Amino acid sequence: MTSATTAKPIDKLEAMFAANRAAGRKVLAPFVTAGDPDLDATVDVLTTIAEAGASLCELGVPYSDPIADGPVIQASYTRALDKGLTLEGVFSAAKQASDRTSMPILAMASYSLVFRRGIDRFVADAVAVGLAGFVVPDLPIEESDDLDAACRQAGLALVRLVTPTTPPDRAEAIAKKSTGFLYCVSVAGVTGARTQLPDGLVDRIRWLKTKTDVPILVGFGISSPDQVKAVCEVADGAIVGSALVRRVAEHAGQPREAMLTGVRRFVTDLAAACR
Amino acid sequence: MASSPASPPLSVVPDAYGRFGKFGGRYVPETLSAALDQLERSYAEAVADPTFAAELDSLLSAFVGRPTPLLFAKRLTKLAGGAQIWLKREDLSHTGAHKINNTLGQGLLAIRMGKRRIIAETGAGQHGVATATACARFGLECVVYMGAEDVRRQAPNVRNMRLMGAEVRPVESGSRTLRDAINEAMRDWMGSVETTHYIIGSVVGPHPFPRIVRDFQSVIGRETIEMSRKQFGRLPDTVVACVGGGSNAAGMFYPFVDHPGVRLVGVEAGGRSGDPGHHAASLSYGSPGILHGSLSYVLQDADGQTADVHSVSAGLDYPGVGPEHSYWHDMGRVEYTSVTDLEALDAFDMVARHEGILPALETSHALAWAAREAATRSPDEIIVVCLSGRGDKDAAEIARLRGLTADGSHPS
Ligand SMILES: Cc1ncc(COP(=O)(O)O)c(C=O)c1O
Repeated sequence: MTSATTAKPIDKLEAMFAANRAAGRKVLAPFVTAGDPDLDATVDVLTTIAEAGASLCELGVPYSDPIADGPVIQASYTRALDKGLTLEGVFSAAKQASDRTSMPILAMASYSLVFRRGIDRFVADAVAVGLAGFVVPDLPIEESDDLDAACRQAGLALVRLVTPTTPPDRAEAIAKKSTGFLYCVSVAGVTGARTQLPDGLVDRIRWLKTKTDVPILVGFGISSPDQVKAVCEVADGAIVGSALVRRVAEHAGQPREAMLTGVRRFVTDLAAACR
Repeated sequence: MASSPASPPLSVVPDAYGRFGKFGGRYVPETLSAALDQLERSYAEAVADPTFAAELDSLLSAFVGRPTPLLFAKRLTKLAGGAQIWLKREDLSHTGAHKINNTLGQGLLAIRMGKRRIIAETGAGQHGVATATACARFGLECVVYMGAEDVRRQAPNVRNMRLMGAEVRPVESGSRTLRDAINEAMRDWMGSVETTHYIIGSVVGPHPFPRIVRDFQSVIGRETIEMSRKQFGRLPDTVVACVGGGSNAAGMFYPFVDHPGVRLVGVEAGGRSGDPGHHAASLSYGSPGILHGSLSYVLQDADGQTADVHSVSAGLDYPGVGPEHSYWHDMGRVEYTSVTDLEALDAFDMVARHEGILPALETSHALAWAAREAATRSPDEIIVVCLSGRGDKDAAEIARLRGLTADGSHPS
């Protein structure tokens, strides 16, 4: 926690966005489930995606009852937990990954886990292992004052989400509170690849841009380079979750290198769409 | 339980954020926020609209058959050998349990909100049946999520839901019980929230559900107070109810919480033993945590992962409990205890043979506690049990557990 006074964890994230903006590039932000198939593999996946062009990663912290997640991410959480995954393990994998790569990593964690550990301890652990911040998908603004204060104090990003069902005045309030970036959920529904992006998404992103200065990343349902390209026409970047988790899972039982090659190829193609 | 003259009565909860003391709240994905706000507004409008109450009251009377009787359990009392045991007969409601009080109320709210598709979760199947019933009555589309294990052990209710035109979707994830059914219903709602209302079946979930369900179920406690005064001229000494999510208990207790002379007891599922994974007694063994959108006592591990639970009774087989119960627990207003699978099965037999009532396995937990407690009390004391539902749905499963043949006889 001592370094928090000099350089804040969020600085890394903001510097990354600034560098991409200066280079005229958009940001690819893959989602990776911690502990699927195991924590060593997760560390390798994180370094591999960084090499392949990911600018930022959301590290999914498995939770037993993830109501915002579709079948692919749910199943990955179940696999990880069935093997005895603990928060201690997730934090240690995050530490190893952040020692090996400069790519900012955010923890995507249910508030159930944050609350149970205690906000202060969860935040201190995150800072200690080099995380840049959090996405807490089940914490609406009404309930977030305590975590918000702790994150500001520690210099961690607390990324908020707006969705298609969020009314405009509420979306504005959420955008104002979001630090690091704003997560624009493309569809009303759970996570999972979709073949088509919804109508009106581009207009929503354009409107959101007038309401906030933080970068806007779009996620849920994005699975192909074409979709990444489409989203990056207006947004600052794209988040790809289930499609990558599925690729990791497809290589279950195969040699580690085969899985990492598959991941590298997929992320390279997605990153190319951000140029 | 210190209620100084300055502090408001215990019943004045929740606050505007859905807090019962520190419990409750709304921990849900942003996608659901607008729908929960809409529900809260629509409920406030309904409460202020006398035609809403009139319509619900007339349904409760002509469709459900309310008020349900308060019956003196003469032979059970004699057998227990102490305090008088009285039964509040929710089993006589249409569809055989208290769940219908809530589904009709929420069904009317759905219509007010212009939502024609209904989803629900169910454990024992009673809430599923009550939801299918309300939807048939109102002409609404109905989808019910039910854990695959519960589909098996509560088969008669699955059939009844389908007969009334509901679609039952078995849930194969996790422990394949109530908790997983709620997860699946929430996920459906994430994608359908603009046209669909989620009729949650107990006093759980994000604000405003715990409050709305409690209010609709409070008819149980109000009738009990009125009938107690009429039938034995005073309030009971003790009121007991089983607690799964806690809706029959909340409906029974809420009108009593500001009557400090009445002892209130909630009975959780003690399962096989007090060891982790072998029971579903959240208030007896759990700790504060967040599950399904609210802060309440939860059975969880050190990281906050929800624990596996067990109960012979599908409706009590749930690792959480409604936030208002956590509040009553911490305030010391309600005592929470537990009864094992075997004690509940014995109580089922006892009430079947001595009272001519087949109680639900959920209810049998409350009956077991009442019979045991009555034995230690004097005959002028009165215990009222919320007889939350009938046990037809459990008969085949009980026969199986007892090693009987399907027709209830001993194998030769
Ligand atoms: C008859 C009966 N009693 C009790 C319960 C438990 O639910 P609650 O605690 O919400 O009353 C159920 C649930 O299915 C039930 O069917």
